[in-house]
Amino acid sequence: MIQLTHQPIDFAALTESVRSNQAGAVVLFLGTVREMTHGWQTVALDYDAYPEMAQAKLNEIETEARTRWPVIECGIAHRLGHLELGDVSVAVAVSCPHRHQAFDAGRFLIDQLKEVVPIWKKENWSDGSTEWVHPGTEVNPKVQNPMSKE
Amino acid sequence: MKTTIRLFAKARDLAGTASYELDLAESATTADLRAALGEHLPALQPILGSLLVAVGNDYATPSTPVAGRMDVAVFPPVSGG
Repeated sequence: MIQLTHQPIDFAALTESVRSNQAGAVVLFLGTVREMTHGWQTVALDYDAYPEMAQAKLNEIETEARTRWPVIECGIAHRLGHLELGDVSVAVAVSCPHRHQAFDAGRFLIDQLKEVVPIWKKENWSDGSTEWVHPGTEVNPKVQNPMSKE
Repeated sequence: MKTTIRLFAKARDLAGTASYELDLAESATTADLRAALGEHLPALQPILGSLLVAVGNDYATPSTPVAGRMDVAVFPPVSGG
């Protein structure tokens, strides 16, 4: 199940939806709104998407994961709109016969999501400024602060 | 050929519009599209080089034909998750 939603993500229900008697492992990944980035304080994030393409790309990465691992069920939900600190922005739930498959498939799904799915976040910093996060673009002094690297 | 381009995230904010129509030559590629956007929407110039182009639901390559399409989109690198 793939879902783009403006409502809070029910990750318990998402997790339940991938459970199966064929699975010995269920992995859930949650992305949540973090307060501090390189010393800068976030008060909220706004998420935007190109919905048709995002849906298509999410379908593609699920299909790709299924070719690589024996995925039994897979659920991906991404929230859009205005999110406060601690809110769940994305949830990926995956079930496989064994745990290493489920961990690997889950990691692949969230990594690919962040790489190819047309969704964007805009930082609302504590100083009142806002800033789109566009990795690799260089008009981003706060996120690119050379004082700390991750 | 009339070509409709959707803009997202910072591209939309800078351009001040979510959609823009360009008249492109039939042979136009994504490089021609970027150049035309820079001319018509100069506010996009600071991010022009980083803009990704999608046609339909797929990322375009430099040689993907774009003229006359209604489903072209441009946007900066993605940051979901």
